[in-house]
Amino acid sequence: MIKFNFSKIKWGILPIAVFLLLWELVVRLDLLPGNFFFPSFSEVIRQFYRLVVSGILMENFLKSLIRVLIGFTAGSIAGLLVGVLMGWNQLLHRSFHPILSLLYPIPALGWLPILMLWLGIGEILPIAIIFICSFFPVLYNTVTGIRGVDKKLIKVAQTLGAGRIRLLATVVLPLALPNIFTGLRLEAGMAWRVIIAAEMVAIPTGIGALMMRAESLLRIDIIIVCLMVLAIMCFSFERFFIYLERKFTGKWQN
Amino acid sequence: MPSIELKNISNFICRDVNLKVNDQEFLVFLGPIGSGKTTLLNIIAGLAEYEGSVNYGGHPVDLIPTSERKVGYLFQDLLLFPHLTVEKNIAYGPSARGVSPALKNQRVKEMIAFLSLESLAHRYPRNLSGGEKQRVALARVLAISPEILLLDEPLSSLDFKTAKYLRMEIKRIQKKFRITTIYVTHNLLEAEEMADRVAIIHRGVLQQVGSPEEIFFNPAGEVVSDFIGKPNILKCDRCRILAGGLVEVECGGISIVVPHHGNLIKKIAISPKDIYVSVDEPPGPDLNRFRAIITDIITSGSLIKLKLTLGENSLTSELPGDIFETLGLTVGMEVFLILKFKWIRVC
Repeated sequence: MIKFNFSKIKWGILPIAVFLLLWELVVRLDLLPGNFFFPSFSEVIRQFYRLVVSGILMENFLKSLIRVLIGFTAGSIAGLLVGVLMGWNQLLHRSFHPILSLLYPIPALGWLPILMLWLGIGEILPIAIIFICSFFPVLYNTVTGIRGVDKKLIKVAQTLGAGRIRLLATVVLPLALPNIFTGLRLEAGMAWRVIIAAEMVAIPTGIGALMMRAESLLRIDIIIVCLMVLAIMCFSFERFFIYLERKFTGKWQN
Repeated sequence: MPSIELKNISNFICRDVNLKVNDQEFLVFLGPIGSGKTTLLNIIAGLAEYEGSVNYGGHPVDLIPTSERKVGYLFQDLLLFPHLTVEKNIAYGPSARGVSPALKNQRVKEMIAFLSLESLAHRYPRNLSGGEKQRVALARVLAISPEILLLDEPLSSLDFKTAKYLRMEIKRIQKKFRITTIYVTHNLLEAEEMADRVAIIHRGVLQQVGSPEEIFFNPAGEVVSDFIGKPNILKCDRCRILAGGLVEVECGGISIVVPHHGNLIKKIAISPKDIYVSVDEPPGPDLNRFRAIITDIITSGSLIKLKLTLGENSLTSELPGDIFETLGLTVGMEVFLILKFKWIRVC
């Protein structure tokens, strides 16, 4: 059962409320020149409502969400599987670790030009970008987690009778979970950042594309609505994995 | 339970070790830190590479993987699985060895009851004290019904009282289950308290194997003698049984009272550090207190060794340099000695 700490929530929400109030006041009291470029918070909320009612926001949001979910899930599962193989098998680790070390630092958006040429502009392109964005970090964190498991615990499990498969399933993977969750948590937020950037640059649909259209029409209120959606989604995805990590490892982790 | 035999074992630390541990015996590997005791234990468990042959009950096990040897290994560090509760830690071995769920549950319950872990069963290791962790680790090892028990300095991180209690527990368990056991320690007193036989290891070489008395009264060479503290050994001419487990022995013209039950005493031994030296006559009963003459003073690092003549005996006492300076001792001086009663060994 989730227990809410109201005192903690209150102190978390208070600065946001103060910021929104100041925002509203600054615009209403005309303290900034060029009101057009600084819509008030209430105006942004009104625009949010209009976008929701018209279905434009939901349509673009769902496109982005589906791309993120498919790309992130596939990338994470692939990263996890390859990470387990590389972390657990010394030969595979020796063979592929240099390649991983070279590819891991490349930012996901760096792959965009080459993927546009290989895959063309279509639904597969953003999914491929998110796949790459999720695959390498999850792979890296899984390998690190597995190889970081205390070798003495592995010896203990062996003396107790565990073969390699059982050892992996019952000792190594559970103890690598904190590292794996770190990778998933960071990349869940990153996937949203990357999809928005990719949609802004190369894909005509989704929240990023909506922002670009709003920019061409000088609709700052719509841009702010999109940024708020992005912030909420990044935050929600990260919190979801923090929740999962606590659920699976919170009882025993120091 | 099987015997253990090491034949010509060598690796990066150990050199040509040959040793037989008898069925149901409690053998202690004794030696300084870094002497190769743990490596030998790992070799027996199949966790370290080696040349030579390891036999259990007369059968070579060199090609049998660790997971298939019936060895219970209690490691020096408190290596409980952090992600499993106490109960699941104990159940790990039986599960891994394919024991049926019903039998596994029964075994876990037995171990929990045997080591009084009922109140801890659902806790995670991070919520256990050092002593509790050791009891759980012991229960986990015993749950696999091992034929051989290997204990690598399991009590070194515990306080004196807990370690003493757990030493008794380990002895009780070894006697109850009659498991062939090897216990590693660098502590001489711990070895004496636990062992049927002691194997002294130094720089990967087995120096001597024997009962604690044999080791203490007949050290095989300078290395062993050094390790056990070069005890003073006095031959007894006569002995007389006093009441309450006390015996008065006469050694070279002096009478010494020693704690002893049983047969006649041939020799007594006392470590130089267990002979207390004073320039003034110490208060208290005139028991195991003597006048002696200093015949030589030898500096050995931060310690001072005093050669003393006591009756017809020559003794060595050892004291820290600062205390020596305070006492102002010189060669030819008469001093008072107290032989620490508790630490006089007999054979």
